[in-house]
Amino acid sequence: MSRPVLIHGGRLIDPAQGTDERLDVLIVDGCIARVGPRLEAPEGAERVDATGLVVAPGFVDLHVHLREPGGEHKETIATGARAAVAGGFTSICAMPNTDPPIDDPAAVGFVRAAGERAGFARVYPVGAVSVGLKGEEMTQIGELVSAGAIAVTDDGRPVWNATLMRRALEYTRTFEIPVFSHSEELGLSGEGVMNEGPVATALGLLGIPNAAEDAGVARDCIVAELTNGELHILHVSTRGAVEIIRAAKARGVRVTAEVTPHHLTLTDEAVRGYRTEAKMNPPLRSAADVAAVRDALVEGVIDCIATDHAPHHYEEKEREFDDASFGVVGLETALGVCNRELVVKGRLDLMALIERFSTRPAQIAKLSAGTVAEGMPADIVIFDPEERWVCAPDSFLSLGRNTPFAGQELIGRAVMTFVGGRMVYDRRAERRAAPAGMKVGSDVR
Amino acid sequence: MTGTVRFGKDLTGLQGLSVEQIQTILDVAEPFKEISERPIKKVPVLRGKTIVNLFYEPSTRTRVSFEFAEKRLSADTVNISGTGSSFEKGENLVDTARNLEAMRIDMVVIRHNASGAPHFLAERIPSNVINAGDGQHEHPTQALLDMLTIRDHLGVIAGLKVCIVGDILHSRVARSNIWGLLKLGAEVGVCGPPTLIPKGIEGLGVHVFKRVEEAIEWAEVLNVLRLQLERMRAGYIPSLREYNRVFGVSVERLERAPREILILHPGPMNRGVEIDSHVADGPHSVILQQVTNGVAIRMAVLYLLAGGSPERAEAAKGGART
Repeated sequence: MSRPVLIHGGRLIDPAQGTDERLDVLIVDGCIARVGPRLEAPEGAERVDATGLVVAPGFVDLHVHLREPGGEHKETIATGARAAVAGGFTSICAMPNTDPPIDDPAAVGFVRAAGERAGFARVYPVGAVSVGLKGEEMTQIGELVSAGAIAVTDDGRPVWNATLMRRALEYTRTFEIPVFSHSEELGLSGEGVMNEGPVATALGLLGIPNAAEDAGVARDCIVAELTNGELHILHVSTRGAVEIIRAAKARGVRVTAEVTPHHLTLTDEAVRGYRTEAKMNPPLRSAADVAAVRDALVEGVIDCIATDHAPHHYEEKEREFDDASFGVVGLETALGVCNRELVVKGRLDLMALIERFSTRPAQIAKLSAGTVAEGMPADIVIFDPEERWVCAPDSFLSLGRNTPFAGQELIGRAVMTFVGGRMVYDRRAERRAAPAGMKVGSDVR
Repeated sequence: MTGTVRFGKDLTGLQGLSVEQIQTILDVAEPFKEISERPIKKVPVLRGKTIVNLFYEPSTRTRVSFEFAEKRLSADTVNISGTGSSFEKGENLVDTARNLEAMRIDMVVIRHNASGAPHFLAERIPSNVINAGDGQHEHPTQALLDMLTIRDHLGVIAGLKVCIVGDILHSRVARSNIWGLLKLGAEVGVCGPPTLIPKGIEGLGVHVFKRVEEAIEWAEVLNVLRLQLERMRAGYIPSLREYNRVFGVSVERLERAPREILILHPGPMNRGVEIDSHVADGPHSVILQQVTNGVAIRMAVLYLLAGGSPERAEAAKGGART
């Protein structure tokens, strides 16, 4: 077993316990043994100096696309899990739209095992709702859960068939898992490639109107109400969806929602110049939508932040806008972007930010995570909330470099990450280990 | 005419051009019009330049128009079109760009079905890139020749009321015309079925007319766009017949106009759909002059992007050999 670890001198912020003070954390046998002021290090313990830094429960990302199996040139489970801990995430939920998709227990087991073997962030598979993601026949959800799935989704696509959506929301009640929903009315999005609006008109690109998401979210909330199932809305981007979710929650519907860092920050203006690194679905919207989802996250109508990390090979992005793949990466920039946009700009304090990065996502996925409490697994992130750094995709640990934040100054960065008491990321060591001129992480396979 | 108007490397659209640049192109087209009237239609201004016409979408008239413009300027031209070329075998735009650069091509004229393709190419190769129509985005030389034709017949563009009729949503011709005409001070309207009018188009500063009768009541110039069969197949309109009955520019509708209206059409026409034959062939139609002006405009654009100065173009007029 690994040595005990004493994290000392840091500012411990744990929303689940209401803590925000200088406290030490003692880790023994992979779990949190003690939390208290000025703890004594036991014999042989490793001392980690967190002076000037924040110590928090490791972040939980409910929405990550690890491209394995089938898309290993874009990302593998190992490279994605490693990028995650570099971003401060100790648990990530892997979406099933791989090739082949994660629609049977063997595939679920494969993802789990690969995550364990990699030894970075914990990888929790999300199983498919429908066989082959075809939207017709329900998967053997019970079997997927037994194999380790913590939710089901057809993400990438909506469950367009309302009957199947109803059945899924009803049936998952047996296993007490949520249905993660990419809510979209496909008939309204048509062949759109960006937000419908003046920018699309000027660029000559077909648009996806807000209505496509609003109509999808409305239907899914209504079906969740009908079935009393657990619904989690992925990547909310419109003010209309916010209102629908708010009203549904007020009626007692069991719905939760997430928002991505890019939807909290960027509008469709980022697409001008046909920048494919700003192409994703749902697309970047208008300023009014950005303001609405931001306010909703602050208020709690949107529960948490999730990156929708979607790595692509540069060939898939280095093309005409119509042809470029949808999606941007996010694991390594999420903290820097959200801390800058929300905390530094005074909309949230650090406690509230961490609640949306750790506490609430852990609750939604029902993971043993999201808090630094005695007895819990020692999944911890130590980060510097003031560090200013420039986003340089070439130095990402992820194989995907497709980010709309390239070249921007971000504020806040993970320094060390622990999973199960093991230090799985140490930025200071990464810098020391990389000789001048070598790209850190480029040799990870 | 000042000689200090400079042009960038590329012409990807009119949205990015200044008023002065647009005026200069129209003015420089004048002497090039004259060259096309001579028995020997050639001037050596682009001699030794290599130009590739890269046409991913089929087009006879635009490609031929560019080809004549290039040859009349004495450039060496090569046509690459949809059939039998490597990009049909799946070579992507990036590789095509690199190959062109490796062959040291001076200028590329590109037509492509994806909006932004010329921009994509221009960012990656040092050659001049000229947009001959990209997806739904822009068709700058078409709008320029439309404006030249209007100017030829009506003398000015500022203050003129120009209405574009048809499938605005999918039209690069419409967008380029909107940018160009607004910059030169015209009032611009659009008219068509609501399913084919882009959302937020009023935000560009244009009037939207629900019925073609209203457009005809208002306009001094109509630019009638070709309606494509695919739009009916995709359900934007119920049938071509219905489109003609409701939105067709017909003799009867024009007879009720309060004034004589200049009729433009970018071609090729669907006679009996968006425009009746009698209108297309009638006294107010300037469709053929558009074609003539097209070659002159393209000569002007190629000349100016290659670094030609507006004064020397003027001197080329009247048969003087430069």
